[in-house]
Amino acid sequence: MSQLNPEIDHLLRRAGFGVSPMEVDTFRDMSTAAAVSYLVDYEGRPDDVDARIGRADHAQVTSKDLFAPDIDIDDARQRWLFRMVHTRRPLQEKMALFWHNHFATAYSKLTNDSGPLQAAKMLAFKPGALRGPQGQLELIRQYALGNFRDLVLQMAMDPAMLVWLDGQFNTRTKPQENFGREVMELFTVGVDFYTESDVYAAARVFSGWNLRESQGYNRTDMNAYQEFVYNSGEHETSDKTFSFPIYSNGSHTIPARSESAGMQDGVDLITALAVHPETARRLARKFWGFFISEIQQPDPVFVESTAAVYLQSGTEIRPVVRHILSSPWFNDPSMHFARYAWPAEYVARAIKEVGWQNFSLDKARTPLAAMGQLLFEPPNVGGWPLGAGWFSTGTMLARTNFAATLAASQKESLGAEFESAGQTPQALFQVMLSRVTPAPFDSVPQQALMSYLQSGAGSWNSAQVTTRAAGLARLLVGSAEYQLV
Amino acid sequence: MRVSRRIFIRDGVATVTLGLSAPAFLSAIAQAQGIPSRRLVVVYLGGGNDALNTLVSYQDPSYYSRRPSIAVPAGQVLQVGSDAAGRALGLHPRLGGLVNIFNEGRLALVQRTGYANSSRSHFEAGDIWGTANPQSYTGSGWLGRYLDTLPRPVDALAAWNTTGETPRALLSGTTGVPAIPSASTYTYASPNRGSVALEERAAAQLMASNPASGRPHLAFVNSTSRGAIETLDRVAQATAYTPTVQYPNNGFALALRTVAGAIVKSIGSRVFWVQTGGYDTHAQQGQGGGGGYAALMGTLGDGLWAFYSDIRNQGLANDTTVIVYSEFGRRISENGSNGTDHGAAGVMMALGGMVRGGLYGTAASLAPGSPTLENNSGDVRFETDFRSVYAKLLDQWLGVNSVPILNGDFRAGAPAIF
Repeated sequence: MSQLNPEIDHLLRRAGFGVSPMEVDTFRDMSTAAAVSYLVDYEGRPDDVDARIGRADHAQVTSKDLFAPDIDIDDARQRWLFRMVHTRRPLQEKMALFWHNHFATAYSKLTNDSGPLQAAKMLAFKPGALRGPQGQLELIRQYALGNFRDLVLQMAMDPAMLVWLDGQFNTRTKPQENFGREVMELFTVGVDFYTESDVYAAARVFSGWNLRESQGYNRTDMNAYQEFVYNSGEHETSDKTFSFPIYSNGSHTIPARSESAGMQDGVDLITALAVHPETARRLARKFWGFFISEIQQPDPVFVESTAAVYLQSGTEIRPVVRHILSSPWFNDPSMHFARYAWPAEYVARAIKEVGWQNFSLDKARTPLAAMGQLLFEPPNVGGWPLGAGWFSTGTMLARTNFAATLAASQKESLGAEFESAGQTPQALFQVMLSRVTPAPFDSVPQQALMSYLQSGAGSWNSAQVTTRAAGLARLLVGSAEYQLV
Repeated sequence: MRVSRRIFIRDGVATVTLGLSAPAFLSAIAQAQGIPSRRLVVVYLGGGNDALNTLVSYQDPSYYSRRPSIAVPAGQVLQVGSDAAGRALGLHPRLGGLVNIFNEGRLALVQRTGYANSSRSHFEAGDIWGTANPQSYTGSGWLGRYLDTLPRPVDALAAWNTTGETPRALLSGTTGVPAIPSASTYTYASPNRGSVALEERAAAQLMASNPASGRPHLAFVNSTSRGAIETLDRVAQATAYTPTVQYPNNGFALALRTVAGAIVKSIGSRVFWVQTGGYDTHAQQGQGGGGGYAALMGTLGDGLWAFYSDIRNQGLANDTTVIVYSEFGRRISENGSNGTDHGAAGVMMALGGMVRGGLYGTAASLAPGSPTLENNSGDVRFETDFRSVYAKLLDQWLGVNSVPILNGDFRAGAPAIF
């Protein structure tokens, strides 16, 4: 059994990526309310995770040559996974994952447009050594619990988004509908709350929201970059009428504006979409699935109360998430293990619970793709198919085979660690379950696990403990019970 | 049944395959029910295929005036004759492989397929094509409901999905469809080897057999796990196939190659799902018949030609039908970025040894005001209900009654592709 109380374990699985043996002491005597504050008010925790990359007592990274997560996508993927495993601000990384799915932007299209270096930089560049605007991941980490309206506005000016949804080509004479449609359908109100003519109007609203290249731009230069520009001459200036209100006075029409003032059109539209009650409800439903349950439909009372917090706070997300994590729905024991782990969640939690000694996060890269969640490569702008959609025979095998890879890598360390504690099969089972925390087992899997261990009981020595501990870790992490969080 | 044991070791991880001696790799169920002779391969073009540049109405002046940059020049199209309305048509220049099949009389091109009030949302439209229901597009898919009609128990490989996620069309009330995106990782791996690894595999299989009553989500994951373990040895057999032709080296063609292997090795799957993406060509579609869209067409045409040739060489063309579709067509007028936005009616294709090839339906007149258009003449209006093509496939190819599966009789007006 886990060493923490079930509510804390639940909280750390949902608002983080589980708990490693080293972190147990931090939470052992904490009340649930204190743990919620610990996670939500994460500015109180140091943001030092990137500085710990390369430490021998952390998970490792592997690179083709110099580790360059600002400009190499595979390195960026490892850095993000490293953050999930080792951050002191787990909810920030968890929300970044949520927003990455919400504003799903794929590296492959950016590469086709701008080459691999610029594509990685647009997605993952963390300001510091190089020039240029921060990458999209840093934007969503910055706004992880920030203001949603501001986040959508920043997203409309984000270089990766401008390439991904073709805003870079949106001009006065040939408005581009891609971003205008998706900002309504996927980022805010949802499919039933806008019309085709709204799509045309939204395209015109964002005309002139384009990109410009840095001086002497060369896509293979790590200091080169593209940045947002409002091209006033490419903005279509006539008025734009929508099927929903844009202004608090009820007006549905963005007025005709001069070219130089026309950028306000987009600010007005995004503000109207952000405060639209259907956006509030849609976010509440998405948060229900992310934090509460994918088994039960969203409780209408939850949706309305969460939407109200969102609207009353002026589209701030932090109070919304605090509300959710403190709510009776969240702490209802029947909601424990009522979500299907996203592959990235699954991998990060497995590493935290089983161990990372000499384990390179690069070994998770190909398996994550096979599980259906290559980071920075969502299948389309709608994000990943969540919930039961993660599971097929192929993706399940990818999960269980990752469990084998991880268990194989930790075989010696698990064997050494459990040599004294695992002096009988039963003792090994108990000590492993104190750190690897699947949903409760029924008798069939429980007996299958025990009889697997008992098969080695005839020669139960340290070599047998090493062998069976790895096999047990593989079976636990590969179990259906472990896929639920 | 003789069982041999093969264990491959890489990176400390052993792969455990139970090698089955032929022909035992057919499951007992598949053997008992007889091997189905007819297979349907569905090729889904994700993103909304620009049908007007797939099958080009190259004598329509509006095609050129509304697509000044991205139109395929008349001199480049691969002519396939004229349709019933007398409109001269040609396939995209990179679809040479499909022209070969067309000239053999085994490729049907069904123009202007769709439905009334076409959705322009990828997700809604994808679900509509998947469920075959424009009004209520949640729940099971049309192929899933076909699988529901098969006699119980259903073989775990009755359908074979080559993508990682289960598409709406294959969602079934009773039958889980295995997803086999990569044959090389469709294996059971263990941190140990030898008898300990086999014990572990047996334990995993036993754990997955837990019905988990009262916990349906756990039961679902268990059933997925069980389906994986039960199918992986047969899949390993199918992927050991050596084709008769060289397939292009891309994911689409390699998926088709795996499908060919499963068909040739008589694994017993009736329905295969293959997907290729990148069709959401809002920008940089390419000028004058080249560029990004041409690359898509090359991938599609070359892959299908390799597959068709391979299957024909194996003498199995008459047992195989391929259909190709996408969630919608695209706007008629190009946008400002040499691309096209979301539109309405599209083009469906069917190919195979029993397909009656030819041009079905009529091309739209692209002149503004034409009755063959909709949305203020922005988009192509549908002429053939896509469900009538499904009905044809169900009734005349898969041999089941389409009416309950499609929740209606859509046989009227179906193109006579068989």
